[in-house]
Amino acid sequence: MVEGAQLSPEEIQFQERIDAGIKIEPKDYMPEGYRKTLIRQISQHAHSEIVGQLPEGNWITRAPTLKRKAIALAKVQDEAGHGLYLYSAVETLGVTREQTIEDLLAGKAKYSSIFNYPTLTWADMGAIGWLVDGSAIINQIPICRCSYGPYARAMVRICKEETFHMRQGFEIMMTLCRGTPAQKAMAQDALNRWWWPSLMMHGPSDAESTHSAQSIRWKIKLFSNDELRQKFVDQTVPQAEYLGLKIPDPDLKWNAERGHYDFGKIDWDEFYNVIKGNGPCNRERLRARIAAHEEGSWVRSAAAAHAEKRAKRKAA
Amino acid sequence: MNDWPLWEIFIRSQHGLAHKHVGSLHAPDAEMAVKNARDVYTRRNEGVSIWVVKSCDIAASSPGEKEPLFEPANSKVYRHPGFYEVPEEVKNM
Repeated sequence: MVEGAQLSPEEIQFQERIDAGIKIEPKDYMPEGYRKTLIRQISQHAHSEIVGQLPEGNWITRAPTLKRKAIALAKVQDEAGHGLYLYSAVETLGVTREQTIEDLLAGKAKYSSIFNYPTLTWADMGAIGWLVDGSAIINQIPICRCSYGPYARAMVRICKEETFHMRQGFEIMMTLCRGTPAQKAMAQDALNRWWWPSLMMHGPSDAESTHSAQSIRWKIKLFSNDELRQKFVDQTVPQAEYLGLKIPDPDLKWNAERGHYDFGKIDWDEFYNVIKGNGPCNRERLRARIAAHEEGSWVRSAAAAHAEKRAKRKAA
Repeated sequence: MNDWPLWEIFIRSQHGLAHKHVGSLHAPDAEMAVKNARDVYTRRNEGVSIWVVKSCDIAASSPGEKEPLFEPANSKVYRHPGFYEVPEEVKNM
């Protein structure tokens, strides 16, 4: 919808509700574009939670202590839960769960491009929690106030749990930075590899972003990608200083006039290339998802058979 | 997961409070819906009791009926205690 385009009386009324801060619920009238935008955004978000389990799953069996292993398991389990809250929210918009999952497995749906990077060392578990979940929180907290009720409510639960994810990551980094020089170097290496992808996580710059303006009008988005990215940089630089780590950006410096950190140019070619499917792990991630879905098929059949048996017994 | 019904999940967070809707999930029957709800919605001691109800069994008012349903209450301010004048000398009211 273009600004100034003719809106129907229903659409005008809808926009007035949004402007008044009234939440939209599943049975309420909504323009087709609003519904489609939400389906795309929430399902991408759900897929990101589910695919996001994979890079960390890699380290569950290799966690350095039992405590870290229990924490990693709890985090990955949370991510499965977050995926489910969000898949349920998508369903309220009139698409079936099966269709949403099929779109992911067929490679038609997108998920956050950051999960297409490999987790090479244990420090990556720290960097993911600290930077990736840290970025996610910054993106997600405003969505708790978005105009669509089921999405906003799911996001409240997710944000509460996500804080644990970020803190456990920072704690891993802190432990490594207080350890041997080799451990600290490992933490620095992880920061070097995850820093730029974490900045890209906030999406294309405002000038390039195709969906931004309408989403902001509909209050699906409350801040622009660049604002959120700046917030992430401002929040993270002092944390890196505390750890004694160096952010891999020679152009990074405090700008007293703006009251923000200036930072270097993002390599958007890399970003679009990963989105197109050419990141280091795109194929591996999708293969792992498909395998998990297929190998889990007997569990679904068994659950259905069990339910049927019990229903028959009850009827008898 | 094909044709598994959708269940609405209600959790009582503490003894003495009402069950509150928290979300929904798919499960083949009520028993498994309770088990799944335990995993999805109570990973941090959020509840002491779970109800599951098939979504299709819930009858809901439609947004279009809002006015006829709820409008009549708007004009009945005398249903609220603040409507009545109580002199300051009169205590315990």
